Amino acid sequence: MIADMSLTSGFLDATVRWATPLAFAALGECVSERAGVINIGLEGAIICGALGATVAAGIAGVGAGFVAGALAGVFIAAIFALFAVWMRADQIITGTAITMLSLGLTGTIYATYYGANGVALSTPTIHPLPIPGLSAIPIVGGALFAQPAITYLLYVLVPVVAWWMARTHAGLALRAVGEHPEAAIAAGIKPRRVQAAAVLFAGATAGLAGATLVLAQAGTFVEGMSAGRGFIAIAIVVLGRWRPWGVAGAALLFGAANALQSLFQAMGWEHIPYQLFLVVPYVLTLVVLAGASGRAAAPAALSRRDIGAS
Amino acid sequence: MTSDGASVRTQAEVSSGRRSLATMLLAVARVAILAGLTITLLIVLLLVTGHDAGAALSALARGAFGSWYAITSATLVRMVPLGLAGLAVVVAFRAGILNIGAEGQLLMGASAAGAVFAVLGATNAVLALPLMLLCGMLAGGAWAAIAAFLRQRFGVLEVISTIMLNFVALSLMGWLVRGPLQEPTHIAPQSTSLPVSLHLPTLLPNSQLHVGALVLVMLAIALWWWFRSTASGFRVRAVGANAAAAASAGQINVARTTATAFVLSGALAGLAGSVEYTGVTYALYDSFSPGYGYTAIAVALLAGLHPLGVLATALLFGALEAGASAMQRDAGVPSVVVSVVEASLILAVVAAQQWQSRAVTRAEASA
Repeated sequence: MIADMSLTSGFLDATVRWATPLAFAALGECVSERAGVINIGLEGAIICGALGATVAAGIAGVGAGFVAGALAGVFIAAIFALFAVWMRADQIITGTAITMLSLGLTGTIYATYYGANGVALSTPTIHPLPIPGLSAIPIVGGALFAQPAITYLLYVLVPVVAWWMARTHAGLALRAVGEHPEAAIAAGIKPRRVQAAAVLFAGATAGLAGATLVLAQAGTFVEGMSAGRGFIAIAIVVLGRWRPWGVAGAALLFGAANALQSLFQAMGWEHIPYQLFLVVPYVLTLVVLAGASGRAAAPAALSRRDIGAS
Repeated sequence: MTSDGASVRTQAEVSSGRRSLATMLLAVARVAILAGLTITLLIVLLLVTGHDAGAALSALARGAFGSWYAITSATLVRMVPLGLAGLAVVVAFRAGILNIGAEGQLLMGASAAGAVFAVLGATNAVLALPLMLLCGMLAGGAWAAIAAFLRQRFGVLEVISTIMLNFVALSLMGWLVRGPLQEPTHIAPQSTSLPVSLHLPTLLPNSQLHVGALVLVMLAIALWWWFRSTASGFRVRAVGANAAAAASAGQINVARTTATAFVLSGALAGLAGSVEYTGVTYALYDSFSPGYGYTAIAVALLAGLHPLGVLATALLFGALEAGASAMQRDAGVPSVVVSVVEASLILAVVAAQQWQSRAVTRAEASA
């Protein structure tokens, strides 16, 4: 019974831990897609955020690491915006190139400055910060409220973005660009500016996702450690039906899929090939995308390139 | 998805269909410009990351073209999987399918060929080799068919599904080389090596260049002819240029054409995998492909999605990859720097196309 309890709370804790970076990246992508820009380069922003966080945290501590991670994400998103928003190049091809660029750039920088000398790079990490009272709630308390502080930022960010998108003038402008760009232009909105801002915001949150991977989880940088999270985040946005609360819920589902891995290991199911657990999130993504069809809620102008005016 | 300018350009391409000497010269100039741009980018990157650019570039040149061995056994050998996978991407992109899954399809092709060997053992090469290549194509095609089905039936964006399938294929191969296909001692995570009798025959003396190179050239010519001169090739181009127009004006079955092109693309990538397995690696293992399927996207885009252009850009990237290995070994420059160059080239091409299509739009507006 006690073993069961710790197994359950361990599973829930792992779920939230896995979900945190996914939720950050997906929340940004949600905003970007509501403005009509699908950013496949999200994966690149995550890996750049991870390396930026690693370098900065080693020099100036964990706080600087998160800031640098977000900035690195913004930097790479700015390159994406230059091509996909300003020049109106194909969003998918640009995003693919941006991801390739980021994986190569981070790999090169890491190997040049750290890897070649065999220096194992380890960074300071942030520890769980239990919230008094809330963390004592049975079963879910520990999972939700005994997490690193960065997870709590998400608890603030999700409702704020949801409110901002639904209730503010700027949020309306964002949605107008993604749904009816012509109407938005007629109303005096500049689509390129709105889209660029949305893309940069997504870059910042994806950078934070990468920083979280390093500073709250792995404690080090590994080449390609983003491991497809940027693409999974795009599936999460679809499953969350382009709404911040939906995105948060969908991120938890994917977190749980990842956490299954450690749960099964803890239960001693080691004769099952571990590759089977590795593919669970990717297969789940396919299933979710297939299941989400027909309930279409995608922004009408998503990935359109013929939107005029700046 | 296409802007006005882009659709004007592609319609022009569809209607012309033939390539004159002038366009061929233009293509040569294009490759020369790309090669120059590549070297410039590389120098900048090397300087920024604090490497000795001179030493690195000479190592690169030696590794790519410095000797008979470098040319035939490094550059040209790498050109083969890049070219075959590049053709796979060309077929898909021409049909308007953004297949980012050549990597996974390539791995499945290699795995299938490995499975054929595991079943048949060291038998008659005349029988086994074609069977391995055929099963590689079938497996690659089947892997692509999953994404094609998801797109057709559920409208799943193929970009995401093919990337997900890449990860699944990588794990599947990781399991195969530790499970059913592992070498008999069960120590190394790799499959039993192919016996010499089942290696693809080599083309030239003192080199590792195998028959796959010939297959690549023949397929590039065949695809060029297919796009240019056959009804089914035209249908694929028409659907890729404007699916709605192809359906209404051309009475083309868009769903069938798209699915066919997607599966054909997967089959070509699968062939790349089985050719690499029977011609170069002779075994399966985790890092079987150093991202050939992703580099293939750059190969195809830089070739302007032209099958014959792929031969040139695959050669360029084959040389780059071969040189990068030498650069890492002799000058300590991480070989992953090459993917930065590749990505930058894609962005350069994308930007150039945008300027071009804007110029077309402007010219039409003023006319």
